[in-house]
Amino acid sequence: MNASHQKFIDIPLLTAILMVCGLSLIVLYSAGGEDMKLLAKHSVRVGFAFVLMLIVSRISPSFLYRWSPYLYGVGLVLLLIVLAVGIIGKGAQRWIDLGLFRFQPAELMKLAVPMMVAWVLARWTLPPRPLALITSIILVLLPTALVILQPDLGTAILIASTGLLVIFLSGVGWKLIVGVLAILSAIAPALWVLVLHDYQRRRVLTLFDPWADPLGAGYHTIQSIIAIGSGGIDGKGWLAGSQSQLEFIPERSTDFIFAVFAEEFGLLGVFVLLALYLFLVFKSLMIAFYAHDTYSRLLAGSLSVTFFLYVFVNIGMVSGILPVVGVPLPLMSYGGTSIVTLMVAFGILMSIDRHKNFLARR
Amino acid sequence: MIPVRDYLKESKIIHNRIVFLFGFVSLMALILIVRLIHLQISQHQHFSTLAQNNRIDIISLPPVRGLIYDRNGEVLAQNFRVYNLEILPDKVENMDETLNELRQLIDLSDDNIRQFKTLLKRRPSFERQTLRANLKEDEAARLAVNQHRYPGVELRARLQRNYPKGELISHVVGYVGRISSEDLAQIDNKRYRGLEYIGKSGIESYYESSLLGKSGVQRAETNAHGRVVRSLEQTEPVAGQTMYLGLDIKLQRKSIEALEGFEGAVVAIEPKTGDILAFVSVPGFDPNPFVNGISRKNYDLLRSSPRTPLLNRALYGRYAPGSTIKGFISLVGIKNDIGHDTKIFCPGWFTLPGHKHRYRDWKKNGHGQVNGHSAVVQSCDVYYYRLAKRLGIDRLHEGMSHFGFGQKSGVDLPGEPSGLMPSRDWKQRARSQPWYPGETVITGIGQGYMLVTPLQLASATAMLANRGQKVEPRFLTAVENAQSQVRTEIAPTLVETNAGVSQRSYAQIIESMEDVIHGQRGTARGISEGIKYQMAGKTGTAQVKSIAQNEKYDEENVEKKFKDHSLFVGFAPLDDPKIAIAVVVEHGGSGGRTAAPIARKLLDYYLLDRLGMYQEESPDDNS
Repeated sequence: MNASHQKFIDIPLLTAILMVCGLSLIVLYSAGGEDMKLLAKHSVRVGFAFVLMLIVSRISPSFLYRWSPYLYGVGLVLLLIVLAVGIIGKGAQRWIDLGLFRFQPAELMKLAVPMMVAWVLARWTLPPRPLALITSIILVLLPTALVILQPDLGTAILIASTGLLVIFLSGVGWKLIVGVLAILSAIAPALWVLVLHDYQRRRVLTLFDPWADPLGAGYHTIQSIIAIGSGGIDGKGWLAGSQSQLEFIPERSTDFIFAVFAEEFGLLGVFVLLALYLFLVFKSLMIAFYAHDTYSRLLAGSLSVTFFLYVFVNIGMVSGILPVVGVPLPLMSYGGTSIVTLMVAFGILMSIDRHKNFLARR
Repeated sequence: MIPVRDYLKESKIIHNRIVFLFGFVSLMALILIVRLIHLQISQHQHFSTLAQNNRIDIISLPPVRGLIYDRNGEVLAQNFRVYNLEILPDKVENMDETLNELRQLIDLSDDNIRQFKTLLKRRPSFERQTLRANLKEDEAARLAVNQHRYPGVELRARLQRNYPKGELISHVVGYVGRISSEDLAQIDNKRYRGLEYIGKSGIESYYESSLLGKSGVQRAETNAHGRVVRSLEQTEPVAGQTMYLGLDIKLQRKSIEALEGFEGAVVAIEPKTGDILAFVSVPGFDPNPFVNGISRKNYDLLRSSPRTPLLNRALYGRYAPGSTIKGFISLVGIKNDIGHDTKIFCPGWFTLPGHKHRYRDWKKNGHGQVNGHSAVVQSCDVYYYRLAKRLGIDRLHEGMSHFGFGQKSGVDLPGEPSGLMPSRDWKQRARSQPWYPGETVITGIGQGYMLVTPLQLASATAMLANRGQKVEPRFLTAVENAQSQVRTEIAPTLVETNAGVSQRSYAQIIESMEDVIHGQRGTARGISEGIKYQMAGKTGTAQVKSIAQNEKYDEENVEKKFKDHSLFVGFAPLDDPKIAIAVVVEHGGSGGRTAAPIARKLLDYYLLDRLGMYQEESPDDNS
């Protein structure tokens, strides 16, 4: 309650974020073929996202709490619009053109879903009763289904994960969790056939044997694994990765930027980056742990682990233990939308950290 | 009722879950770390090698194929620079626009575009695809100037085989074609790295390994698109050997002209060296379309043509030799003590004792009293029926084999057939039948089973001209190292034969064959008019259709496909033979009427025009 307890900003968290962004610029310079224009564009985006983060960190969680349902509602409507436009225009559409920039409703949902579910669960007692549970599951599945229809399986899985993480944090019984997991694995073969597209199935199969089609489906994975492996312990040096510089790694500025990093900076560089990521995740989890109200705890916990899931899914796919899905490496990959979402998420975490005493006894 | 919230319990629930997630995140992070350690430490060596191989490309530099010249230095096979237009799809920003603009610069058919677009769909976009092959010089020039405007559009130069003499040499030089899957099964793939063509027939195929040369190797750093970034080291390719043939392209052309309107073959050999001066099979075909793959339609046209232009008659054509071999049969006779002065009476037919079948002479009422000499000059069949019968098939087979009948001549062309000089053995093997005496009789006049190729006839005639010295017929007379320009002449291959025929016998037969042309009753006396040199020769008329006992062959009214083949063998000049020739004209009628005049024309051309003999300064030679 005391304003003196409110810190201006969490300096270690901010530092770690800036360090990752700094690394991102260094690697991007190399991956983009020393293109200063690309670097400038990226910097502008990061700067914009950074300012957004600072603004969001000033917003009180109570404000976020109150606006959660509206944000969610708007997101859902936008998803429907995108889908409708896609159907009418006979082509997959993921974004709305706002003239100045393109806006992906799915990105908004990455934040709106955990906020909404946390809002619902925080209104009732924990662990959630069946009604609260069913309501929140529907709230998760609705946008997930809409994003799958786009079709964007990678994003859909991450949206579902953020929502489910909130439900998990709320203390759902282990028996229920194990039961659901058992049912899921039982119906997995059906999902394999019914939900996945051909290209998605191929990607998963490629994972098991990328060398089966080295110039086709396996090409991305093979080349990025070669890049990582040939980097060794100390790497080939900045701007000296043959896989990166000779353009063997596809999408090397965006989804596969980790391969460039691992090739040029080696295992040591990888450890530094992973340490930064883990610091960010653990620091965020600490914020969740020390938050003073249910809504903030649920939201912060979900956002921190989702951040880690991004890291895990991206590095997993680039190093060949997960199928290739279009998930960028947080704070590292070139590309506007994801960095804005991430920075806003950190802004929310900072706000929660800053307003520990908000709604303390609600 | 408003439930009473136990905030402590609730926060404990969430705290427990957060602690669990700490563990979960740590575990997942550990999985990543293990994976990365595995890749970057345990398998580092393996992936380093892969990265190295990725980056270092071994590019083969194709050698220049050896050139082929005739005896006068005229080019028979050469290499042209042609340009292909290739596109690297990854570098093209707007494919449709680029294609449209390229269409303004060069000739691009809808077919080209369609084929290219299918390739685009099927092949990865970092691979180059050919949009159009064989650009004309002006098209290539126009593209080269504008190329910078179209990223991803590339001109690639390569060498293509070309045969400037076209049809004239199709059956000698042959052609190269794209390496097929059948070829791939047989060749040493390493030697053909970077090469597109392989000799498919003729000299191109026979001397493939010498013409080919040796590929060079360039080790270069390349990027993922295969573009060379930096050349590391290079071994230059070694060009194939230049080949000089003994062929005289002018005589070759003259021979083809002489056979105009017929199907047939001419083979002319320089007796002393075995050099093949002319090797003609009419009709021929243009080998150039075969280089890049002839179209199905044009190939079918060639294949289904009743004149069979694809058949190399000079090499593969197997003909009954008819009377052309009578001189050789006589030599076999003399060797077996049946002298050239043996006299017989020719009533116009011959019967085997105890048989009624009459073996007829070409001259219905017979030649009357003949001996060996007049039998050759007048081509008396009955004399040879009797001679063959006296010799028997075994001695005939043995004696004729020495002149190369039924034997491969050893010429430097692929797939030479051996023809057929029948024997008891052969008949038992091939037909599972015993040999009948009647078959010996007709062998005496070059009918029946006996089959010779025009090359064999010419080769045997050259041996006769050499008075028994056999020289292997050959095309290649010299090779030249394309780098050092060192020319190596190839010595003729003299073949030791034990024909057991004396020089006197050769003299006798050559004298008789001289009278075939120059004598009063010679079957080819018609061609001696105005001749400036002495020559020897023998006509032959080979039956295509067997004629029944009571039937009469009517040359004027017989259908063309049943008309006799017209043959002639000969050489000139007598004392120092420069050329031996065999002419086969399919369905040309009698040898004296069709084949002999063609031979005369060619001998005249070669001796007078090409060699410049018997001109004003030596009028005495014209005796």
